[in-house]
Amino acid sequence: MRLVWREVLLGFRRMPLLSLLSILMIAVSLFSVSLFGLVAINLRHSLSGLAERVEVVAFLLRGTPTETITLAAEDITAFPEVLAVRYVSEDDALERAREELVEFREAYQDLATNPLPASLEIRLRPEFRTSTAAQAVAERLRGYGFIDDVRFGQEWVERLDRIRALAGIVGLATGIAFAFVATVIIGVTIRMTILQRAREIAIMRLVGATDSFIRRPFLLEGALRGLAGGLLALALSWLTLAGFRQMMGMTFTDLVFFTPTEGALLTGFGVVIGLGGSLLSVRRHLREVR
Amino acid sequence: MIRFSHVSKSFPGGGSALRDVSFHVPRGEFVFLTGHSGAGKSTILSLLHAHERPTEGEVRISGYSTGALRPRDVSKLRRRLGIVFQDFRLLDSRTAEENVAFALEVTGAPRASIPGRTMRALTRVGLAGKARAYPRELSGGEQQRVAIARAIVNDPPIVLADEPTGNLDERARNGVFQLLRDVHDGGTVVVMATHDLDLVQSYPEGRVVELREGRIVFDSATDGTPEVP
Repeated sequence: MRLVWREVLLGFRRMPLLSLLSILMIAVSLFSVSLFGLVAINLRHSLSGLAERVEVVAFLLRGTPTETITLAAEDITAFPEVLAVRYVSEDDALERAREELVEFREAYQDLATNPLPASLEIRLRPEFRTSTAAQAVAERLRGYGFIDDVRFGQEWVERLDRIRALAGIVGLATGIAFAFVATVIIGVTIRMTILQRAREIAIMRLVGATDSFIRRPFLLEGALRGLAGGLLALALSWLTLAGFRQMMGMTFTDLVFFTPTEGALLTGFGVVIGLGGSLLSVRRHLREVR
Repeated sequence: MIRFSHVSKSFPGGGSALRDVSFHVPRGEFVFLTGHSGAGKSTILSLLHAHERPTEGEVRISGYSTGALRPRDVSKLRRRLGIVFQDFRLLDSRTAEENVAFALEVTGAPRASIPGRTMRALTRVGLAGKARAYPRELSGGEQQRVAIARAIVNDPPIVLADEPTGNLDERARNGVFQLLRDVHDGGTVVVMATHDLDLVQSYPEGRVVELREGRIVFDSATDGTPEVP
C-alpha cells in the first residue's frame, strides 16, 4: 500500500498542472450539478411553504346549531387527509374582514346585519396537499346538509402541482446531464494523464508488473481527485449561496444549503466519478496496448 | 530454455516478418541474432517476451508457450526474463537505484530485501557510486548499465538484449558487451540481437543465428545450416 501512495504522490509531483486541472474540471462539473441541486432543494423548500397554505374552506348555512357543527368538526378531523379543523363563526369572519380588508373597513363598520357566513377551515396533512386530495375532501364535505359551499382554490392548487412536477423533472434531467458531462470530462483528463505516462506503463509491463498493479495508483489518484473536486464544488456552492444571500438582501433570507448527508452525497459522487473515470481510461489503455 | 517450432509472424498490412523459423537454445548459451534491419531479429525477441504472438507455429520459453498466454502469465513470464533495449527505457523521473528497485517492487519482492539486492545489481554493473543519479545525469553507456542492472536484479535465467550497444560509442559498447558476457558466465542464457559484426567476431564462443527476410540463413550451432526440429 505504501508503494501505491508513493506512486500517487510521484504522479502528482510530476504533473501538478494536469492534476490541478482535472481536480478543477471535476469541481466545475460537480458545481453545476450542485447548483441545480441547490435550486431544486430551495424550490422544494419554498413550495412546501406554499403548500402549507393549501386548505379547504367549507361555508355553513346560516342558523346551523353549534352542536351539529362541533360534531361534524370532530368527524372531519378523523378524515385521513385532515390535519386540523378550525371553526370560524360569523362574528369571527366579520372581525377578520375588518382587519384584513382595509379598503372595505368603512363599509363593514356600518352594517346592520353580518353578511358573512360561518365556516370550517380544514388544513390538510403535508402528504395530502395536492389538488386530488383537496378535491376528495371537498366532495365528502359537500355531503353534509348544513354545508352550503366548499372552496379550495382548485386552479391554484393544480398549478402548484404542475410547478412541483416540472421542478422535479427539470432538476433531475439537468442533474443527470451534468453528471454525465462530469464523468466524460474526468475520463478525458485521466486519459491525458495515462497517455503522459504511457511510456512508464510500457516499462512497468516489461519488468513484469500485473495489470492490477499498474491500475492501483491510477484508481487511487482518480478517487483522490474526485474527492478534492467534490469538496471544492461544495465550498464553491456554499460561497455562491452566501454571496447570493448577501446580494439579494432580505428577499432570500430563508435559502437553505445542503444537509450534511446531501453534502457527503455530493462529495461521494465526486469520488465515484473520479474512480469510474480512471477505471474506464486505465482499462481501455491496458487493453489497447499489450 | 527456448524453442521456436515452425514459427511465422505476419503483421496486418505489413507483410510477414518471420517465415517458418525453427531453432532451439539450450541452457548456458550466448546467442547472437544477426542480420540487416528488418530481417526479423527484433520480432524474434518480441515473440520471446510475449509482446507479439506467433501467427503460426509455437514459441516456448522458460516452460511457457507464448501463443495462448493470459495477461497474468505474461507478467509471470517477464519476471523470469531480463530485457535490455537499444534506447535503455529507464524511467526519467527515478534515480538509477529506483529504476532497478522498481523491477523488484512490481514482482512483490520482500520490502526489506530490495535495497540490498538493488545495490548488489548496481555494483555488478559498476555503478554503485551513481545510485542516486537520474538517467539524464548519466552517459549513454551508464544508462545502459542501469538497464542491465534492472534486467539482472531478479536473477532471471534468460536475458534478452535488442541492439544493446546500438546507441553507444566504442568504449561504452565494449563495456556493455563485457557486462553481458559476465552475465552469461554466471549461467544465464543471453539472446542478443545486433548488426555489429565486429562484436560477434570478438566472441567466438557465442552462437550466431543469421536472419534474412524473416528466415534463418545461417546457424553456427548446426554448422551453418538452419536447424530442423
